[in-house]
Amino acid sequence: MGELEKRKKNTGSDNLTEDEKKIFDQLGLKNGASRRKFLKLVSSASLSVYASSYATSPLFANTAKDLPHHQRVMLNEVKVNLRVNDRLKPLTLDSRTSLLDTLREHLALTGTKKGCDHGQCGACTVLVDGKRKLSCLTLAATCEDREITTIEGLADGNEPNAMQQAFLKHDGFQCGYCTSGQICSSVALLEEAKNGEASYVTEDFRKIETNLRLSEEEIRERMSGNICRCGVYNNIVQAFKEVHSGNDEMPSWEFATKEQMKKAKNS
Amino acid sequence: MRPFTYTGAKNTAEALQAASSNANAHYLGGGTNLIDLMKEDVERPDELIEVASLDYKKITSNENGGLTLGGMLNNSETANHRDIRTHYPLLSMAMLSAATGQLRNMATNGGNLLQRTRCPYFYETSMPCNKRVPGTGCGAIKGMNALHAIFGWSEDCVAVHPSDMCVALAAIGAKVEVRHPNGSSRMVEFTDFHRLPGDRPEKDSNLLPGELITGIHLPKPIFSAHYYYLKVRERSSYAFALVSVAAGLQIQGGMITKAGLAMGGVAHKPWKLVQAENYLAGKMPNQANFEAASELAMNEARPLEGNKYKVEMGKKSIVSALTQAYERKA
Repeated sequence: MGELEKRKKNTGSDNLTEDEKKIFDQLGLKNGASRRKFLKLVSSASLSVYASSYATSPLFANTAKDLPHHQRVMLNEVKVNLRVNDRLKPLTLDSRTSLLDTLREHLALTGTKKGCDHGQCGACTVLVDGKRKLSCLTLAATCEDREITTIEGLADGNEPNAMQQAFLKHDGFQCGYCTSGQICSSVALLEEAKNGEASYVTEDFRKIETNLRLSEEEIRERMSGNICRCGVYNNIVQAFKEVHSGNDEMPSWEFATKEQMKKAKNS
Repeated sequence: MRPFTYTGAKNTAEALQAASSNANAHYLGGGTNLIDLMKEDVERPDELIEVASLDYKKITSNENGGLTLGGMLNNSETANHRDIRTHYPLLSMAMLSAATGQLRNMATNGGNLLQRTRCPYFYETSMPCNKRVPGTGCGAIKGMNALHAIFGWSEDCVAVHPSDMCVALAAIGAKVEVRHPNGSSRMVEFTDFHRLPGDRPEKDSNLLPGELITGIHLPKPIFSAHYYYLKVRERSSYAFALVSVAAGLQIQGGMITKAGLAMGGVAHKPWKLVQAENYLAGKMPNQANFEAASELAMNEARPLEGNKYKVEMGKKSIVSALTQAYERKA
Protein backbone atom coordinates (compact mmCIF):
# COMPACT_ATOMS: atom_id res chain seq x y z
CA MET A 1 0.00 0.00 0.00
CA GLY A 2 1.40 3.37 -0.95
CA GLU A 3 1.93 6.18 1.52
CA LEU A 4 -0.97 8.14 0.08
CA GLU A 5 -3.47 5.26 0.34
CA LYS A 6 -2.38 4.61 3.91
CA ARG A 7 -3.02 8.19 4.89
CA LYS A 8 -6.34 8.17 3.11
CA LYS A 9 -7.35 5.05 4.98
CA ASN A 10 -6.34 6.48 8.32
CA THR A 11 -7.88 9.88 7.87
CA GLY A 12 -10.83 9.00 5.62
CA SER A 13 -13.86 10.97 6.73
CA ASP A 14 -15.97 7.93 7.56
CA ASN A 15 -13.29 5.95 9.37
CA LEU A 16 -12.60 6.19 13.05
CA THR A 17 -9.17 6.70 14.56
CA GLU A 18 -7.97 4.48 17.35
CA ASP A 19 -8.81 7.17 19.94
CA GLU A 20 -12.33 7.53 18.64
CA LYS A 21 -12.88 3.78 18.70
CA LYS A 22 -11.82 3.80 22.35
CA ILE A 23 -14.36 6.49 23.18
CA PHE A 24 -17.04 4.47 21.36
CA ASP A 25 -16.23 1.43 23.47
CA GLN A 26 -16.45 3.47 26.63
CA LEU A 27 -19.83 4.86 25.53
CA GLY A 28 -20.98 1.29 24.90
CA LEU A 29 -21.53 1.83 21.19
CA LYS A 30 -20.92 -0.85 18.62
CA ASN A 31 -17.83 -0.93 16.52
CA GLY A 32 -18.11 0.05 12.91
CA ALA A 33 -19.89 3.32 13.48
CA SER A 34 -18.80 5.98 11.10
CA ARG A 35 -17.18 9.28 12.05
CA ARG A 36 -20.22 11.14 10.77
CA LYS A 37 -22.55 9.12 12.99
CA PHE A 38 -20.15 9.60 15.91
CA LEU A 39 -20.14 13.35 15.50
CA LYS A 40 -23.94 13.40 15.27
CA LEU A 41 -24.23 11.41 18.45
CA VAL A 42 -21.76 13.57 20.31
CA SER A 43 -23.37 16.84 19.24
CA SER A 44 -26.94 15.76 19.99
CA ALA A 45 -25.78 14.49 23.37
CA SER A 46 -24.19 17.80 24.26
CA LEU A 47 -27.19 19.73 23.00
CA SER A 48 -29.54 17.79 25.28
CA VAL A 49 -27.23 18.37 28.22
CA TYR A 50 -27.32 22.08 27.39
CA ALA A 51 -31.08 22.13 26.89
CA SER A 52 -31.89 20.10 29.98
CA SER A 53 -31.50 23.15 32.22
CA TYR A 54 -34.33 24.82 30.35
CA ALA A 55 -36.67 21.90 30.88
CA THR A 56 -36.76 22.77 34.56
CA SER A 57 -36.45 26.56 34.27
CA PRO A 58 -39.43 28.86 34.85
CA LEU A 59 -38.82 30.23 31.40
CA PHE A 60 -39.75 26.86 29.94
CA ALA A 61 -42.70 26.37 32.28
CA ASN A 62 -44.29 29.65 31.25
CA THR A 63 -45.67 28.87 27.87
CA ALA A 64 -46.03 31.59 25.28
CA LYS A 65 -49.77 31.95 25.82
CA ASP A 66 -49.20 33.05 29.42
CA LEU A 67 -47.05 35.97 28.33
CA PRO A 68 -48.58 39.37 27.71
CA HIS A 69 -49.65 39.86 24.12
CA HIS A 70 -47.22 42.69 23.36
CA GLN A 71 -43.82 42.02 24.78
CA ARG A 72 -42.17 45.01 23.18
CA VAL A 73 -42.44 48.16 25.22
CA MET A 74 -42.32 51.33 23.21
CA LEU A 75 -40.69 54.02 25.28
CA ASN A 76 -41.77 57.59 24.62
CA GLU A 77 -43.50 56.74 21.41
CA VAL A 78 -43.85 59.36 18.72
CA LYS A 79 -46.11 59.23 15.69
CA VAL A 80 -44.61 60.52 12.48
CA ASN A 81 -46.01 60.71 8.98
CA LEU A 82 -42.88 60.20 6.97
CA ARG A 83 -42.85 61.05 3.28
CA VAL A 84 -40.02 59.06 1.71
CA ASN A 85 -39.46 58.87 -2.04
CA ASP A 86 -42.97 60.21 -2.71
CA ARG A 87 -44.70 57.71 -0.46
CA LEU A 88 -46.30 58.64 2.82
CA LYS A 89 -45.69 56.20 5.68
CA PRO A 90 -47.38 56.64 9.04
CA LEU A 91 -45.02 55.31 11.71
CA THR A 92 -45.00 54.87 15.46
CA LEU A 93 -41.45 55.05 16.77
CA ASP A 94 -39.38 55.26 19.92
CA SER A 95 -38.48 58.95 20.20
CA ARG A 96 -34.78 58.06 20.01
CA THR A 97 -35.01 56.59 16.51
CA SER A 98 -32.79 58.36 14.00
CA LEU A 99 -33.96 58.96 10.47
CA LEU A 100 -31.23 56.55 9.37
CA ASP A 101 -32.52 53.69 11.54
CA THR A 102 -36.07 54.49 10.49
CA LEU A 103 -35.17 54.15 6.82
CA ARG A 104 -33.17 50.97 7.29
CA GLU A 105 -35.03 49.13 10.06
CA HIS A 106 -38.62 50.31 9.68
CA LEU A 107 -38.93 50.97 5.95
CA ALA A 108 -36.40 48.41 4.65
CA LEU A 109 -34.70 51.12 2.61
CA THR A 110 -31.19 49.82 3.17
CA GLY A 111 -29.58 51.82 0.36
CA THR A 112 -28.74 54.49 2.92
CA LYS A 113 -25.72 53.24 4.85
CA LYS A 114 -24.68 53.48 8.48
CA GLY A 115 -21.00 54.34 8.54
CA CYS A 116 -19.86 56.04 11.74
CA ASP A 117 -23.34 56.94 13.09
CA HIS A 118 -21.74 60.10 14.55
CA GLY A 119 -21.79 62.63 11.70
CA GLN A 120 -18.18 62.10 10.73
CA CYS A 121 -18.35 60.16 7.47
CA GLY A 122 -21.34 61.17 5.33
CA ALA A 123 -22.38 57.61 4.35
CA CYS A 124 -25.91 58.26 5.64
CA THR A 125 -26.48 61.40 3.54
CA VAL A 126 -30.06 61.79 2.30
CA LEU A 127 -32.02 64.70 0.89
CA VAL A 128 -34.50 66.41 3.19
CA ASP A 129 -36.62 68.92 1.28
CA GLY A 130 -33.93 68.75 -1.41
CA LYS A 131 -31.08 69.64 0.97
CA ARG A 132 -28.38 67.14 1.86
CA LYS A 133 -28.40 66.18 5.51
CA LEU A 134 -27.05 63.45 7.74
CA SER A 135 -29.75 60.95 8.62
CA CYS A 136 -27.73 59.55 11.54
CA LEU A 137 -27.98 62.81 13.51
CA THR A 138 -31.56 63.57 12.47
CA LEU A 139 -34.34 62.32 14.72
CA ALA A 140 -37.19 60.83 12.72
CA ALA A 141 -39.53 62.75 15.03
CA THR A 142 -38.34 66.02 13.45
CA CYS A 143 -39.20 64.87 9.92
CA GLU A 144 -42.99 65.27 9.94
CA ASP A 145 -44.08 67.16 6.80
CA ARG A 146 -40.62 66.85 5.26
CA GLU A 147 -39.90 65.43 1.84
CA ILE A 148 -37.20 62.77 2.14
CA THR A 149 -35.33 61.37 -0.84
CA THR A 150 -32.96 58.43 -0.49
CA ILE A 151 -30.77 56.73 -3.07
CA GLU A 152 -33.74 54.46 -3.86
CA GLY A 153 -35.76 57.49 -4.92
CA LEU A 154 -33.29 59.02 -7.36
CA ALA A 155 -33.87 56.73 -10.33
CA ASP A 156 -36.70 57.37 -12.76
CA GLY A 157 -38.28 53.92 -12.78
CA ASN A 158 -35.58 51.61 -14.06
CA GLU A 159 -33.57 54.46 -15.51
CA PRO A 160 -30.75 55.47 -13.14
CA ASN A 161 -30.33 59.12 -12.32
CA ALA A 162 -27.62 60.92 -14.34
CA MET A 163 -25.34 61.00 -11.30
CA GLN A 164 -25.77 57.25 -10.72
CA GLN A 165 -24.84 56.62 -14.36
CA ALA A 166 -21.80 58.87 -14.12
CA PHE A 167 -20.60 57.06 -10.99
CA LEU A 168 -20.89 53.77 -12.88
CA LYS A 169 -19.11 55.11 -15.92
CA HIS A 170 -16.22 56.65 -13.98
CA ASP A 171 -15.89 53.89 -11.37
CA GLY A 172 -16.79 56.33 -8.63
CA PHE A 173 -16.53 53.61 -6.00
CA GLN A 174 -14.58 50.58 -4.97
CA CYS A 175 -16.29 48.78 -2.09
CA GLY A 176 -19.42 50.86 -2.62
CA TYR A 177 -20.30 51.50 1.01
CA CYS A 178 -20.04 55.30 0.85
CA THR A 179 -21.55 55.47 -2.64
CA SER A 180 -25.20 56.14 -1.85
CA GLY A 181 -24.11 59.01 0.39
CA GLN A 182 -21.69 60.29 -2.24
CA ILE A 183 -24.41 60.26 -4.90
CA CYS A 184 -27.04 61.95 -2.73
CA SER A 185 -24.48 64.57 -1.75
CA SER A 186 -23.49 65.11 -5.38
CA VAL A 187 -27.10 65.52 -6.48
CA ALA A 188 -27.64 68.19 -3.82
CA LEU A 189 -24.37 69.89 -4.71
CA LEU A 190 -25.55 70.33 -8.32
CA GLU A 191 -28.43 72.42 -6.97
CA GLU A 192 -26.17 74.37 -4.62
CA ALA A 193 -23.93 75.29 -7.55
CA LYS A 194 -26.97 76.35 -9.58
CA ASN A 195 -28.09 78.58 -6.70
CA GLY A 196 -24.64 80.14 -6.50
CA GLU A 197 -23.83 79.01 -2.97
CA ALA A 198 -20.30 79.74 -1.77
CA SER A 199 -17.72 77.50 -0.09
CA TYR A 200 -14.65 78.18 2.07
CA VAL A 201 -12.43 78.21 -1.04
CA THR A 202 -14.64 80.66 -2.94
CA GLU A 203 -12.44 83.54 -4.09
CA ASP A 204 -14.73 86.48 -3.39
CA PHE A 205 -17.74 86.05 -1.13
CA ARG A 206 -19.22 89.35 -2.21
CA LYS A 207 -19.44 88.35 -5.86
CA ILE A 208 -22.76 86.56 -6.12
CA GLU A 209 -23.50 84.59 -9.28
CA THR A 210 -25.80 81.72 -10.06
CA ASN A 211 -25.08 78.64 -12.22
CA LEU A 212 -21.52 78.28 -10.95
CA ARG A 213 -19.04 76.15 -12.86
CA LEU A 214 -17.15 74.53 -10.01
CA SER A 215 -13.40 73.94 -10.22
CA GLU A 216 -11.90 70.67 -8.99
CA GLU A 217 -10.75 72.46 -5.85
CA GLU A 218 -14.30 73.66 -5.23
CA ILE A 219 -15.77 70.18 -5.83
CA ARG A 220 -13.30 68.59 -3.41
CA GLU A 221 -14.01 71.15 -0.69
CA ARG A 222 -17.76 70.88 -1.13
CA MET A 223 -17.71 67.07 -1.18
CA SER A 224 -15.43 66.81 1.87
CA GLY A 225 -18.35 65.66 4.00
CA ASN A 226 -18.35 62.29 2.24
CA ILE A 227 -15.38 60.19 3.21
CA CYS A 228 -14.34 57.32 0.91
CA ARG A 229 -12.10 54.88 2.70
CA CYS A 230 -11.11 53.21 -0.58
CA GLY A 231 -9.89 56.60 -1.77
CA VAL A 232 -11.54 56.80 -5.18
CA TYR A 233 -11.88 60.56 -4.88
CA ASN A 234 -10.40 61.21 -8.34
CA ASN A 235 -13.13 59.15 -9.95
CA ILE A 236 -15.86 60.68 -7.82
CA VAL A 237 -14.78 64.18 -8.83
CA GLN A 238 -14.74 63.01 -12.45
CA ALA A 239 -18.25 61.61 -12.19
CA PHE A 240 -19.52 64.80 -10.60
CA LYS A 241 -17.85 66.94 -13.26
CA GLU A 242 -19.47 64.95 -16.04
CA VAL A 243 -22.99 65.69 -14.80
CA HIS A 244 -22.08 69.21 -13.68
CA SER A 245 -20.66 70.21 -17.07
CA GLY A 246 -22.96 68.08 -19.20
CA ASN A 247 -19.91 66.98 -21.23
CA ASP A 248 -18.04 63.71 -21.41
CA GLU A 249 -15.23 64.05 -18.92
CA MET A 250 -11.90 62.33 -19.33
CA PRO A 251 -9.65 61.59 -16.37
CA SER A 252 -7.54 64.69 -15.86
CA TRP A 253 -4.98 63.38 -13.38
CA GLU A 254 -1.57 62.03 -14.25
CA PHE A 255 1.20 60.33 -12.33
CA ALA A 256 3.58 62.65 -10.50
CA THR A 257 7.02 62.98 -12.05
CA LYS A 258 10.16 62.20 -10.05
CA GLU A 259 10.83 65.93 -9.89
CA GLN A 260 7.37 66.63 -8.42
CA MET A 261 7.72 63.81 -5.89
CA LYS A 262 11.06 65.21 -4.76
CA LYS A 263 9.59 68.68 -4.46
CA ALA A 264 6.64 67.41 -2.43
CA LYS A 265 8.94 65.52 -0.06
CA ASN A 266 11.09 68.58 0.56
CA SER A 267 8.27 71.06 0.96
CA MET B 1 -29.07 56.39 24.03
CA ARG B 2 -31.13 56.96 27.15
CA PRO B 3 -34.88 57.38 26.72
CA PHE B 4 -36.31 60.88 26.50
CA THR B 5 -39.64 62.54 25.94
CA TYR B 6 -39.90 64.37 22.64
CA THR B 7 -41.74 67.68 22.85
CA GLY B 8 -42.52 69.41 19.60
CA ALA B 9 -43.09 73.02 20.63
CA LYS B 10 -45.61 74.81 18.44
CA ASN B 11 -44.49 78.27 19.50
CA THR B 12 -41.95 80.05 21.68
CA ALA B 13 -44.27 80.23 24.68
CA GLU B 14 -44.76 76.46 24.62
CA ALA B 15 -41.02 75.86 24.33
CA LEU B 16 -40.18 78.21 27.20
CA GLN B 17 -42.94 76.72 29.34
CA ALA B 18 -41.68 73.18 28.72
CA ALA B 19 -38.11 74.20 29.55
CA SER B 20 -39.06 75.95 32.77
CA SER B 21 -41.00 72.93 34.02
CA ASN B 22 -38.16 70.42 33.54
CA ALA B 23 -34.61 71.20 34.64
CA ASN B 24 -33.35 68.14 32.80
CA ALA B 25 -34.83 69.15 29.44
CA HIS B 26 -32.71 70.31 26.52
CA TYR B 27 -33.65 72.45 23.53
CA LEU B 28 -33.06 70.61 20.25
CA GLY B 29 -31.86 72.68 17.30
CA GLY B 30 -30.18 70.93 14.38
CA GLY B 31 -29.00 68.16 16.68
CA THR B 32 -25.58 67.87 15.02
CA ASN B 33 -23.80 68.07 18.38
CA LEU B 34 -26.49 67.18 20.92
CA ILE B 35 -27.67 63.93 19.32
CA ASP B 36 -24.07 62.79 18.95
CA LEU B 37 -23.35 63.58 22.61
CA MET B 38 -26.49 61.67 23.63
CA LYS B 39 -25.34 58.64 21.64
CA GLU B 40 -22.02 58.88 23.49
CA ASP B 41 -23.90 59.12 26.82
CA VAL B 42 -22.20 62.44 27.54
CA GLU B 43 -25.45 64.43 27.47
CA ARG B 44 -28.35 62.80 29.31
CA PRO B 45 -31.49 64.92 28.99
CA ASP B 46 -34.80 63.20 29.73
CA GLU B 47 -36.70 65.57 27.45
CA LEU B 48 -35.91 67.23 24.13
CA ILE B 49 -37.84 70.35 23.20
CA GLU B 50 -37.68 70.82 19.46
CA VAL B 51 -37.09 74.51 18.68
CA ALA B 52 -35.49 74.44 15.21
CA SER B 53 -38.88 74.92 13.60
CA LEU B 54 -39.75 78.01 15.65
CA ASP B 55 -40.18 81.17 13.66
CA TYR B 56 -36.72 82.76 14.06
CA LYS B 57 -35.53 82.00 10.56
CA LYS B 58 -35.14 85.39 8.98
CA ILE B 59 -32.40 87.91 8.50
CA THR B 60 -33.74 91.37 9.28
CA SER B 61 -32.41 94.93 9.66
CA ASN B 62 -31.81 96.12 13.21
CA GLU B 63 -31.77 99.55 14.84
CA ASN B 64 -27.95 99.76 14.78
CA GLY B 65 -27.83 99.78 11.01
CA GLY B 66 -26.81 96.13 11.02
CA LEU B 67 -28.56 92.83 10.48
CA THR B 68 -30.08 90.36 12.91
CA LEU B 69 -29.71 86.64 12.26
CA GLY B 70 -32.60 84.45 13.33
CA GLY B 71 -31.57 81.97 16.01
CA MET B 72 -33.18 79.02 14.20
CA LEU B 73 -31.94 79.85 10.70
CA ASN B 74 -29.48 77.19 9.59
CA ASN B 75 -25.79 77.87 9.01
CA SER B 76 -25.91 77.30 5.21
CA GLU B 77 -28.74 79.73 4.65
CA THR B 78 -27.09 82.31 6.89
CA ALA B 79 -23.65 82.08 5.29
CA ASN B 80 -25.13 82.17 1.77
CA HIS B 81 -27.64 84.93 2.36
CA ARG B 82 -27.05 87.72 -0.14
CA ASP B 83 -26.84 90.43 2.54
CA ILE B 84 -24.45 88.46 4.73
CA ARG B 85 -22.14 87.67 1.81
CA THR B 86 -22.21 91.31 0.71
CA HIS B 87 -21.85 93.08 4.06
CA TYR B 88 -20.37 90.47 6.41
CA PRO B 89 -18.23 88.26 4.14
CA LEU B 90 -15.95 87.49 7.11
CA LEU B 91 -18.90 85.74 8.76
CA SER B 92 -19.75 83.80 5.57
CA MET B 93 -16.16 82.68 5.17
CA ALA B 94 -15.84 81.54 8.79
CA MET B 95 -19.16 79.69 8.73
CA LEU B 96 -18.34 77.93 5.47
CA SER B 97 -15.00 76.74 6.85
CA ALA B 98 -16.91 74.78 9.47
CA ALA B 99 -18.05 71.16 9.19
CA THR B 100 -19.58 70.16 5.83
CA GLY B 101 -22.46 70.99 3.53
CA GLN B 102 -24.64 68.36 5.20
CA LEU B 103 -23.96 69.57 8.75
CA ARG B 104 -24.30 73.24 7.88
CA ASN B 105 -27.72 72.49 6.38
CA MET B 106 -28.78 71.13 9.76
CA ALA B 107 -27.01 73.29 12.36
CA THR B 108 -28.88 76.34 13.63
CA ASN B 109 -27.25 79.69 14.47
CA GLY B 110 -28.27 79.47 18.11
CA GLY B 111 -27.02 75.90 18.32
CA ASN B 112 -23.68 76.87 16.81
CA LEU B 113 -23.06 79.14 19.80
CA LEU B 114 -23.95 76.35 22.20
CA GLN B 115 -21.94 73.51 20.71
CA ARG B 116 -19.70 71.84 23.22
CA THR B 117 -15.97 71.20 23.23
CA ARG B 118 -14.51 68.32 21.23
CA CYS B 119 -11.95 67.58 23.96
CA PRO B 120 -11.50 63.79 23.80
CA TYR B 121 -11.64 63.53 27.62
CA PHE B 122 -15.06 65.20 27.55
CA TYR B 123 -16.30 62.64 25.01
CA GLU B 124 -14.86 59.51 26.62
CA THR B 125 -17.05 58.63 29.60
CA SER B 126 -14.40 56.38 31.17
CA MET B 127 -12.07 59.37 31.53
CA PRO B 128 -12.08 62.08 34.17
CA CYS B 129 -13.57 65.39 33.03
CA ASN B 130 -14.78 68.29 35.17
CA LYS B 131 -16.89 69.59 32.33
CA ARG B 132 -18.79 66.33 31.95
CA VAL B 133 -18.87 65.28 35.62
CA PRO B 134 -17.84 68.12 37.96
CA GLY B 135 -15.30 67.07 40.53
CA THR B 136 -13.76 64.16 38.59
CA GLY B 137 -10.66 66.11 37.56
CA CYS B 138 -9.20 67.11 34.20
CA GLY B 139 -7.69 64.34 32.13
CA ALA B 140 -6.21 66.68 29.57
CA ILE B 141 -4.15 69.04 31.70
CA LYS B 142 -1.46 66.40 32.22
CA GLY B 143 -2.61 64.14 29.38
CA MET B 144 -2.91 64.52 25.63
CA ASN B 145 -3.38 68.25 25.26
CA ALA B 146 -2.10 69.11 21.79
CA LEU B 147 -5.57 70.39 20.81
CA HIS B 148 -6.18 72.39 23.97
CA ALA B 149 -6.15 75.96 25.27
CA ILE B 150 -3.24 78.35 25.52
CA PHE B 151 -5.32 81.24 26.93
CA GLY B 152 -7.63 81.55 29.92
CA TRP B 153 -7.61 77.94 31.05
CA SER B 154 -7.85 76.85 34.67
CA GLU B 155 -6.56 73.90 36.67
CA ASP B 156 -10.03 72.42 36.25
CA CYS B 157 -10.36 72.63 32.46
CA VAL B 158 -8.16 73.27 29.43
CA ALA B 159 -10.79 72.63 26.74
CA VAL B 160 -11.39 74.92 23.74
CA HIS B 161 -14.59 76.17 22.13
CA PRO B 162 -14.91 74.52 18.70
CA SER B 163 -16.96 77.06 16.72
CA ASP B 164 -15.72 78.99 13.68
CA MET B 165 -18.82 81.14 13.38
CA CYS B 166 -18.29 82.43 16.93
CA VAL B 167 -14.74 83.54 16.14
CA ALA B 168 -16.03 85.77 13.36
CA LEU B 169 -18.86 87.04 15.58
CA ALA B 170 -16.29 87.98 18.24
CA ALA B 171 -14.20 89.86 15.67
CA ILE B 172 -17.26 91.64 14.27
CA GLY B 173 -18.65 92.44 17.74
CA ALA B 174 -22.13 90.87 17.81
CA LYS B 175 -24.79 90.74 20.51
CA VAL B 176 -26.92 87.74 21.40
CA GLU B 177 -30.65 88.10 22.00
CA VAL B 178 -32.09 85.59 24.47
CA ARG B 179 -35.58 84.91 25.77
CA HIS B 180 -36.16 83.94 29.39
CA PRO B 181 -38.96 81.52 30.38
CA ASN B 182 -40.61 84.43 32.23
CA GLY B 183 -41.13 86.04 28.82
CA SER B 184 -38.49 88.77 29.08
CA SER B 185 -35.72 89.31 26.53
CA ARG B 186 -32.16 90.47 27.08
CA MET B 187 -29.14 91.28 24.95
CA VAL B 188 -25.73 89.85 25.79
CA GLU B 189 -22.46 91.23 24.40
CA PHE B 190 -20.86 88.47 22.38
CA THR B 191 -17.68 88.49 24.45
CA ASP B 192 -19.79 88.02 27.61
CA PHE B 193 -21.88 85.22 26.18
CA HIS B 194 -19.31 82.44 26.59
CA ARG B 195 -17.27 82.14 29.75
CA LEU B 196 -13.85 80.96 30.87
CA PRO B 197 -13.80 77.64 32.75
CA GLY B 198 -12.65 78.87 36.18
CA ASP B 199 -13.83 76.35 38.77
CA ARG B 200 -17.12 75.69 36.98
CA PRO B 201 -16.12 74.28 33.60
CA GLU B 202 -19.47 72.51 33.27
CA LYS B 203 -20.90 75.89 32.33
CA ASP B 204 -19.92 76.92 28.78
CA SER B 205 -21.96 80.11 28.64
CA ASN B 206 -23.67 82.65 30.84
CA LEU B 207 -27.14 81.58 29.70
CA LEU B 208 -29.62 81.13 32.55
CA PRO B 209 -31.60 77.89 32.87
CA GLY B 210 -34.35 77.74 30.26
CA GLU B 211 -33.12 80.74 28.25
CA LEU B 212 -33.44 80.43 24.47
CA ILE B 213 -31.29 82.16 21.83
CA THR B 214 -33.65 83.87 19.41
CA GLY B 215 -31.30 86.12 17.45
CA ILE B 216 -27.77 87.38 16.83
CA HIS B 217 -27.46 91.12 16.29
CA LEU B 218 -24.63 92.30 14.06
CA PRO B 219 -23.39 95.91 14.23
CA LYS B 220 -23.22 98.19 11.20
CA PRO B 221 -20.85 96.44 8.76
CA ILE B 222 -17.35 97.92 8.53
CA PHE B 223 -15.21 94.95 7.51
CA SER B 224 -16.89 94.11 4.22
CA ALA B 225 -13.92 95.05 2.01
CA HIS B 226 -11.01 93.60 3.98
CA TYR B 227 -11.67 90.26 5.59
CA TYR B 228 -10.12 86.85 5.98
CA TYR B 229 -10.81 83.76 8.03
CA LEU B 230 -7.75 81.57 8.31
CA LYS B 231 -8.29 78.07 9.61
CA VAL B 232 -5.28 75.84 10.33
CA ARG B 233 -6.20 72.19 10.74
CA GLU B 234 -4.88 68.67 10.46
CA ARG B 235 -6.56 68.11 7.10
CA SER B 236 -7.66 70.76 4.65
CA SER B 237 -11.40 70.31 5.15
CA TYR B 238 -13.92 68.76 7.59
CA ALA B 239 -11.78 69.17 10.70
CA PHE B 240 -11.78 71.41 13.73
CA ALA B 241 -9.25 74.22 13.93
CA LEU B 242 -5.92 73.82 15.66
CA VAL B 243 -5.79 77.59 15.44
CA SER B 244 -8.02 79.95 13.50
CA VAL B 245 -8.01 83.71 13.02
CA ALA B 246 -10.85 86.00 11.96
CA ALA B 247 -9.46 89.28 10.68
CA GLY B 248 -11.44 92.32 9.53
CA LEU B 249 -9.88 95.68 8.67
CA GLN B 250 -11.47 99.03 7.98
CA ILE B 251 -9.03 101.04 5.90
CA GLN B 252 -9.49 104.69 5.06
CA GLY B 253 -6.92 106.86 3.32
CA GLY B 254 -4.42 104.02 3.40
CA MET B 255 -4.63 103.73 7.20
CA ILE B 256 -6.34 101.19 9.46
CA THR B 257 -9.20 102.95 11.19
CA LYS B 258 -10.55 99.86 12.93
CA ALA B 259 -9.52 96.23 13.27
CA GLY B 260 -11.59 93.24 14.28
CA LEU B 261 -9.49 90.28 15.37
CA ALA B 262 -10.32 87.03 17.15
CA MET B 263 -8.90 83.54 17.46
CA GLY B 264 -10.41 80.09 17.65
CA GLY B 265 -8.96 76.85 18.97
CA VAL B 266 -7.02 78.63 21.71
CA ALA B 267 -9.43 79.15 24.62
CA HIS B 268 -12.64 78.05 26.34
CA LYS B 269 -14.37 80.85 24.43
CA PRO B 270 -13.82 82.67 21.13
CA TRP B 271 -10.72 84.72 21.96
CA LYS B 272 -11.03 88.38 21.01
CA LEU B 273 -7.62 90.03 20.59
CA VAL B 274 -8.49 93.40 22.08
CA GLN B 275 -4.92 94.61 22.58
CA ALA B 276 -3.96 93.81 19.01
CA GLU B 277 -7.15 95.44 17.70
CA ASN B 278 -6.39 98.64 19.62
CA TYR B 279 -2.78 98.61 18.51
CA LEU B 280 -3.70 98.38 14.84
CA ALA B 281 -6.18 101.27 14.89
CA GLY B 282 -4.47 104.32 13.39
CA LYS B 283 -1.54 102.30 12.01
CA MET B 284 -0.46 101.60 8.47
CA PRO B 285 -1.42 98.16 7.18
CA ASN B 286 2.05 96.69 6.76
CA GLN B 287 4.05 93.61 7.72
CA ALA B 288 5.82 95.28 10.66
CA ASN B 289 2.57 96.41 12.27
CA PHE B 290 0.91 93.06 11.67
CA GLU B 291 3.86 91.33 13.35
CA ALA B 292 3.80 93.72 16.28
CA ALA B 293 0.06 93.07 16.68
CA SER B 294 0.64 89.31 16.65
CA GLU B 295 3.31 89.62 19.37
CA LEU B 296 0.90 91.63 21.50
CA ALA B 297 -1.83 89.07 20.93
CA MET B 298 0.37 86.19 22.06
CA ASN B 299 1.87 87.95 25.09
CA GLU B 300 -0.32 86.23 27.60
CA ALA B 301 -0.25 82.77 26.06
CA ARG B 302 0.32 79.98 28.61
CA PRO B 303 0.78 76.83 26.55
CA LEU B 304 0.52 73.33 27.98
CA GLU B 305 3.00 70.51 27.51
CA GLY B 306 1.55 69.35 24.20
CA ASN B 307 0.48 72.58 22.54
CA LYS B 308 3.50 74.87 22.65
CA TYR B 309 3.38 74.89 18.86
CA LYS B 310 0.18 76.94 19.02
CA VAL B 311 2.06 80.07 20.13
CA GLU B 312 4.23 80.29 17.03
CA MET B 313 1.41 78.99 14.82
CA GLY B 314 -0.88 81.62 16.33
CA LYS B 315 1.53 84.48 15.59
CA LYS B 316 2.07 83.41 12.00
CA SER B 317 -1.66 82.84 11.51
CA ILE B 318 -2.50 86.35 12.74
CA VAL B 319 0.05 87.92 10.38
CA SER B 320 -1.17 85.77 7.50
CA ALA B 321 -4.86 86.51 8.10
CA LEU B 322 -4.24 90.26 8.41
CA THR B 323 -2.11 90.26 5.27
CA GLN B 324 -4.73 88.38 3.26
CA ALA B 325 -7.48 90.63 4.60
CA TYR B 326 -5.53 93.73 3.63
CA GLU B 327 -4.48 92.49 0.19
CA ARG B 328 -7.98 91.50 -0.79
CA LYS B 329 -9.10 93.73 -3.61
CA ALA B 330 -11.94 95.86 -2.33
